[in-house]
This record gives sequence, C-alpha cells and structure tokens, in this order.
Amino acid sequence: DQVAKAKEVKSGADESLTPYQDVTGYNNFYEFGTGKTDPADNAHTLQTDPWTVTVAGEVEKPGDYPLETLLEGLTLEERIYRLRCVEAWSMVIPWIGVPLAAILKKVQPTSKAKYVAFTSLADPEQMPGVKSPFTGIDWPYREGLRLDEAMHPLTLMAVGLYGRTLPNQNGAPFRLVVPWKYGFKSIKSIVRIELTESEPATTWNMLAPGEYGFYANVNPEVDHPRWSQSRERRLPNSFFDPNWVPTRMFNGYEQVASLYKGMDLKRNY
Amino acid sequence: MKTRYWTWLGWPLGAAPLAWLVLEAASGQLGPDPAEVFVERLGWWALVLLLTCLTMRPAAQLLRVPGLVVWRRTFGVWAFGYVSLHFLAWATLLLGWDPNYLGEELGKRPYIIVGLLGWLAMWPLAATSTRKARRRMGARWAKLHRLVFPAVILGVVHQSWVQKSGYGETLIFALVLAMLLIYRGLKDHRLSNK
Repeated sequence: DQVAKAKEVKSGADESLTPYQDVTGYNNFYEFGTGKTDPADNAHTLQTDPWTVTVAGEVEKPGDYPLETLLEGLTLEERIYRLRCVEAWSMVIPWIGVPLAAILKKVQPTSKAKYVAFTSLADPEQMPGVKSPFTGIDWPYREGLRLDEAMHPLTLMAVGLYGRTLPNQNGAPFRLVVPWKYGFKSIKSIVRIELTESEPATTWNMLAPGEYGFYANVNPEVDHPRWSQSRERRLPNSFFDPNWVPTRMFNGYEQVASLYKGMDLKRNY
Repeated sequence: MKTRYWTWLGWPLGAAPLAWLVLEAASGQLGPDPAEVFVERLGWWALVLLLTCLTMRPAAQLLRVPGLVVWRRTFGVWAFGYVSLHFLAWATLLLGWDPNYLGEELGKRPYIIVGLLGWLAMWPLAATSTRKARRRMGARWAKLHRLVFPAVILGVVHQSWVQKSGYGETLIFALVLAMLLIYRGLKDHRLSNK
C-alpha cells in the first residue's frame, strides 16, 4: 500500500535506528498513563478509523475532513529523524508522513494566520489516562507552532513508522513530528488544526511555564530548571553504559536557525 | 519483648524487590533505558520500605500483633540499603562518577540535594540500628531516631520533585506520611498528658 511505498522517498539522519520494539514500547503519551510502557499496554482501545480532523480558524477552507481527504494526492515520504525528549533521552525513528506545509496549502491559511494550534483527542472512554485526576494536565493536550515553523519542509505529519501504519501508542493515526524541538511539541492523535492570529496556549507551558516554553527548541545551552540539557541518553542503551551523546543545537537540524534570527533563545526557551 | 517465630520473615520480604529488580536487569526486562529505570525503582522501593517501617508500630498497636514492631528495624535497615544503592547506582551507572557532572548535579539540582540530605539523615540511624547500640544509648536512642521523620519527609519531597507531572504516587506517599505523623502526634500528646 501507500505506506510501504513511502520508503522510496527517503531522507534523513544517517545514524543507527532505535529498534521498532523500543520505538513502540517506550512512550510518553499521558492520555494512556504516565508510565513509559502504559501507552503500549493501554492504547489498543483507541479507535483510529474513521478519523476526522477539524480544520478551523484563519483558513479559506475550514471544515471537518476525513483523514484520507487531507492526505489525498500527497506522496508519503520516509524521514529518519532524531527524537530528543525533554527528559534527556533520544531515539532515531524512521517516520512516514507528509510535510505539514502540503496539508496547510490544501486548506489555505488566510493572511491573518500567524500560528497553527493543534489539539489531540481526549476521550476518557478510549483513553484511561484522561480519566486520571492526578496528571495535573488540563485535557485535551494542546500544542502549537508559528506558521513559518509549521511551513518548514522538515515539519512532518506522520501516519506511519518503520514502513507500517502508525501504532496507536505512537499517536495514531495522525501526529506531528518537529525534529528540532523537544518531543512534547510533536503532538499525537490530532483531531483539530486551527490557524490563529495569536500564540495558542500549549499544554506543558500551561502546566509549568518556567520549565517548558512555547518554542521548546532543543538547546544544549539552556538547561531545564531541574536537569541538564547538555547531553542525552541515546536509546537503547545498556545497563552499564547509558550511551550519553552530546545534545546538538536544534537537535542537529541547523537549517532551521534562520527561523529564530534575532531572537534570544535563552528567554524564548 | 517476646519475639515471634515469624519475625525473621521481614528480612527476605525486604530483599525480594531487590532480587526481582536485579533479575529483571540481568534478563534485559528493564526496557531501552535500563539503568535509569533501575535507579528510579530503587528509590521508589526505598521510600515504600521507609514508610512501611514507620507503619509497623501503629500496625502492631491497631492490629494487636506486637511482634510487628520487630519489622521496624528490618524495614528501616532495608530502606537505608535501598537508598544507598539508589545513590550508588545513580552515581555509577548514570554518571560514571564523572566529577564534572557529579558536581553539576549536586551543586545545581535542588531535588538531588534534598535526596542526599535525606540519605545522610539515615546514616546515624543505620549505624545505631543494632540491639546493642539501642541498649547502650537508652533514652538518647529514641531521640536520635526521630531523625527518621525529616529523612522520610525529604524523601517524599525528592520523589515529588523528580517527576515531570503525574502526582498520583506522590499524593499516596504524602497521605500515608501525613497519617503516620498525625498518629504519632496523637500518641505523644496522650503520653505527655498522662
């Protein structure tokens, strides 16, 4: 099918891949629980077909789109990206998807659109973590990008990984992947995309604004208030060797630096 | 105090989580970031054992099973063992005793300092945990062993601070601790009014 053919359009990091079982067995997806193995254990209850994405706000063509309609006519590509979690571990993942820019072109942002706001599904019937009163998270999960970040060719909407349809625990059926930002920006199981004039509220920023900024660009110079961001454990590692590698500015995707020209990245963390 | 034949069971009970954890580590069951998980779980068990240790006297009184009091020492000593391993595993497996990173973590991360202080508070308790020391010290022993309360409070603060979010476990730890402190406070109050 289409997902399998995506391998023909391939680009990205030339580093050894994190094995499939780790990419799909070790996840942060609090809608299914805060433990790393909770998503793999619990996400089978998620219904991903049919899937509707509401496109709203400053666009010429708002509406409720079946996922297939959003993807229609676009070529799926394989992109091998590093994923740097804000918790100081990282993976290398072969995603399959389409550039977000291609989808945005379909719905045509108006001249007023400055930001893209994303919302995840938050259905307590399908997602046990949403029922838990202890996460402190104000569901649904929300994320956002500046329009120029969203239009950058590296920004991907993923529907698969490792040549297969996206597993539920990885944010099926439709998720964002922004490889130069900490993993929490790459919002999963998206049901709503809204183009806005002002900066949208984002989940981790709402929860702890001193620790998680709107930009959340990977930056070894700016520590998390509670831990260092100067290096990361590349997974999988082993019991006696945590496999520390130095963290790179923008996670090594230096081509995005021009997006932030003139900005103080210590203040806009 | 008359000891019961089953009181020795506390020792293997305290050892069981460690044995299980080592087995899991040896057989590669701890996932793609095993040292991190190992360190976290040791800390979790240290806190659970410390709270269990503190629950033993109220449990002995409320359940009228006086023999349970013996487990205070057993679980207290095990808790100290788990905290020590937690620190050693963190410094060895995750930081490799790298002086730069060790210095940075100890100097800049308040939750690490809080955890370290909690561990240090337990040293004199472990050192005076023998029956002989207890006899020798008399009333001073009970006074010294009140250090367990700052230790466990620091432990719960450390645990809550390490999390990114998700305060369910912390809430349970804090609730148990609060009940223990209230129970203890009521007891002391009653004793001083006698």
